[in-house]
Amino acid sequence: MIEIKNISKTFNRGSADEIVALKNLSLKINEGDFITVVGFNGSGKSTLLNLISGSLIADSGEIIFNGSNVTKLPDYKRSKYISRIFQNPLAGTASELSILENFRLASLRTRSKSLSIGNTKSFRKNVCDKLKTLNMGLENKPEALMGSLSGGQRQALTLLMSVMDESKILLLDEPTAALDPKSAAIVMELAEKIIREGNLTAIMVTHRMKDASNYGNRLIMMREGSIEKDYSESEKKTIIADDLVRWFNI
Amino acid sequence: MEFYLTAIHQGLAFAALGLGIFLSLRILNIPDITTDGSYTSGGIITAWMLVNGWSPVIAVFAAMIAGAIAGIITGTIHTRLKVHPLLAGIIVMTGLYSINLAILGRPNQPLINIDNLLMSPSTNSDHSSIILFVFSVVLIILINAFLKSDMGIALRATGNSESMVKSMGVNPDKMKIIGLGISNSLTALSGSLIVQYQGFGDINMGIGIVISGLGAVMIGDVVLRNAVSRKIYLQLIAVVLGCILFRLILATALNIGIDPNYLKLITAVLVLSIIAFGKIKFTSKA
Repeated sequence: MIEIKNISKTFNRGSADEIVALKNLSLKINEGDFITVVGFNGSGKSTLLNLISGSLIADSGEIIFNGSNVTKLPDYKRSKYISRIFQNPLAGTASELSILENFRLASLRTRSKSLSIGNTKSFRKNVCDKLKTLNMGLENKPEALMGSLSGGQRQALTLLMSVMDESKILLLDEPTAALDPKSAAIVMELAEKIIREGNLTAIMVTHRMKDASNYGNRLIMMREGSIEKDYSESEKKTIIADDLVRWFNI
Repeated sequence: MEFYLTAIHQGLAFAALGLGIFLSLRILNIPDITTDGSYTSGGIITAWMLVNGWSPVIAVFAAMIAGAIAGIITGTIHTRLKVHPLLAGIIVMTGLYSINLAILGRPNQPLINIDNLLMSPSTNSDHSSIILFVFSVVLIILINAFLKSDMGIALRATGNSESMVKSMGVNPDKMKIIGLGISNSLTALSGSLIVQYQGFGDINMGIGIVISGLGAVMIGDVVLRNAVSRKIYLQLIAVVLGCILFRLILATALNIGIDPNYLKLITAVLVLSIIAFGKIKFTSKA
């Protein structure tokens, strides 16, 4: 599904504050994998995610999605393959647009945005049906501005939006970091459900060790720009959150 | 009364400019001051074409295309060279001054006894009121429809959250260039209408004109500050009302005998007052 071959990324190359974020990292992600990624700040987790999404372009190496080389493709072209959930709920939604309009844009992720009016009655009904599954009462106010909702609601909506159009890969960058524990639990359950039902290939960076051990079928630990450990499904089952916390304390 | 009617006519002619500034400033979140140049270009091209026997309809289209090109250039400089939009706008506006002068070949051009969209000296008739009104209504309807279309939603989202639109497969740079093109095309339309209304084009007609648009957008905000709904068409109507109110206030100032030489100062103070008024929080009596 995703093949990463020998990618490297250095920030501020040649200057005094040069930072090597990733060194010759290789990773093969199979279709249907749900990988959780943990590691210290500065270990390269976010850089890895940004290189996959195209927000950053690798200095060297290759990234291949389903056989097509996307190494040099900018993020807005890679969104054809990828849905993203950002750490900041504001980053994944447009505040001054209504819920419906946000969903309309999400439903066109892989297609062109033409001059026709797509926010129709039938579209509205379709979105309201989806909103109902959240049990947040949002189906009664689809015209509400995204900016009037809480961070938890916005993150939940971003997840629903991620599967409005054909979706294969989901990238989650600390999706619950800005949320209270209750909202975080709701968002994680929803993420799990969406990934399972859509049979998505997912990569989630997280600092919550519980989430890292509870979710997914693979666990990757990163340190200093490389992958230190890559636990398979069977190995991962034997790991509990405390083991991960211990690893961080070494 | 004649005096105030003229102010309303001018306000309606400036509606396109106000809506253009609304698009760049409020929708795209880009402070664009290409305006001074694209407004003059619209006016100058119209004056030159009318004098040279072109039909007023074609002159208006040509003016709008020229404005769109100016906006596209500003947008391209801003996005491709990563230049601050204010600086990109100043660069284009400065360059346009010479181009405008070259087009007209002289600093100003009176349009005596030439029929145009608003009035026909040949039949001694004046349709300014109805045509300017229809123009404003049609603009509100068209811009509202555009902003509700799929592309319009993408454009509005661009001014909100670039990370969001990129993750939705939209190139924000392209949206900004399209938006600034439309915005300056509208600005040039105002320039064209004003030249036809006042009967002459002048190379300096655009100096400081951007503030008329800013003032109109801000009056629009004040008009809607307590409104329950902020639907797009209401915001567009508020901007057009803002354009008319802005001209009426200036006309009143002149009418009570303020020296016209102080007009720009009054304009500046007026816009500052509107901004200050918008910041005041009224405590509710309830």
